[in-house]
Amino acid sequence: MIIDHPLLGPRDSSEFTYMGDAKLIDRPDPDADTAARDFYEYGYLRDNPAGWHDELWFHEAGDRSWLVVTRNTLTHEISKVQLARDVARNRGRSK
Amino acid sequence: MRYSGFKVIKEALTGHKGWTPAWRDPAPQAHYDIIIIGGGGHGLATAYYLAKEYKQKRIAVLEKGWIGGGNVGRNTTIIRSNYLLDGNEPFYEFSLKLWEGLEQDFNYNAMVSQRGILNLIHTDAQRDAFIRRGNAMILNGADAELLSTEQIKARYPFLNTEDARFPIKGGLAQHRGGTVRHDAVAWGYARGADSHGVDIIQNCEVTGFRIENGKCLGVETSKGFIGAGKVGCAVAGSSSRLMARADMRLPMESHVLQAFVSEGLKPVLPGVITFGAGHFYCSQSDKGGLVFGGDLDGYNSYAQRGNLPVVEDVCEGGMAIFPSFGRARLLRMWGGIMDMSMDGSPIIDRTHIDGLYFNGGWCYGGFKATPASGFCFAHLLATDAPHPTATAYRFDRFEKGLMIDEKGMGNQPNLH
Repeated sequence: MIIDHPLLGPRDSSEFTYMGDAKLIDRPDPDADTAARDFYEYGYLRDNPAGWHDELWFHEAGDRSWLVVTRNTLTHEISKVQLARDVARNRGRSK
Repeated sequence: MRYSGFKVIKEALTGHKGWTPAWRDPAPQAHYDIIIIGGGGHGLATAYYLAKEYKQKRIAVLEKGWIGGGNVGRNTTIIRSNYLLDGNEPFYEFSLKLWEGLEQDFNYNAMVSQRGILNLIHTDAQRDAFIRRGNAMILNGADAELLSTEQIKARYPFLNTEDARFPIKGGLAQHRGGTVRHDAVAWGYARGADSHGVDIIQNCEVTGFRIENGKCLGVETSKGFIGAGKVGCAVAGSSSRLMARADMRLPMESHVLQAFVSEGLKPVLPGVITFGAGHFYCSQSDKGGLVFGGDLDGYNSYAQRGNLPVVEDVCEGGMAIFPSFGRARLLRMWGGIMDMSMDGSPIIDRTHIDGLYFNGGWCYGGFKATPASGFCFAHLLATDAPHPTATAYRFDRFEKGLMIDEKGMGNQPNLH
């Protein structure tokens, strides 16, 4: 698989480490009343879809950026690559 | 029809006209007491033991494709019980004992071959860990033997114990481990289940569950609605897809694991050898092909095919430990889809929905577990209580902090 890095251009996926579902960006609020349940679901439960999947790839053997890659789990086709930082900020995270 | 040597000779002398299909091809009935979703090894074994050991009636196995077309036909056929943790080892030893009696039990030649499995040791730390593991195995009634470098030299003279990148410093052997003809496992269980009255319905995909007031009443399928008293799901690899139809999210990701077979060779490799330091393991099939594999590709996939970086990695591992295999040509390679659970261990449990039961999360260890998985799932379905060897395989262990994490990797499914 070739991942089209937003800053570096096309890179081989073997330079990256797969870090799971991009929903992990949305860490639950530790002060919420439901925090125990929320963190259990955050830590352990996954949608695991067959089809399009937003997922985190860490450019470990590269610029060490984190990417959100939109990839089809049935075909391995990649349709979109974004910096995870940008995705997180768009969702209201400070960094 | 019972198979025997006498029967083979009789048929040979009479033109092989007396053989009949090994199982029927029934149309689904409107209602069953128990429906098993998934006609793979685990599903068929579950149906077999439900009918034979637990005397249940009116059972159906629903398979979306053909039986044995999934992971039971896409693995590297190894059986063993060399686990460490209390939640796992009794279960896998139970499974190995069932393997040992399986062919007589279901009257089918599954070519169970206890040729032994050897885990290689390269460091002092690894030796300590394997001594501990071997002791855990022995405490649970399994067999384990720690081999010295000299014993390895004598038994496996082709291994480099002198100047390799990872010099071999011993090994942990389980002599009762080995290999089994994987397709025959599916066929044997199918035939056995069928002979006890189980309906095996192929080309019947489950498209949904009918759930009312928290109770599962049956399944919607490509052949229409089929009612059921109890529904058991055994579709490892696709568990998340299936259980999403009951609005469940599971503690697992689906990953692709590749495996490889070389051209047929004269006998070169006795038993199974695992080279953990190089992420490589290998055995030789009875046809002579070298059957080998290594790590997961490492990303979510339902594609049943992997990518080239892992092919390269596996072959590098193979060349490091068995340089002589470099001349062998690759005959086939394939990918299977694994339920990679969050702690690397499986789940055999009831769901929160009444009448709906789950079996999955087998990671890449499902084949060796087939008999015990079927037996324990049958026990759960028949008695509503977990089998004594499978009490730890609960859904709620993640929430309660009771993980069974053999590798100590945490909730990173692609590292288990």
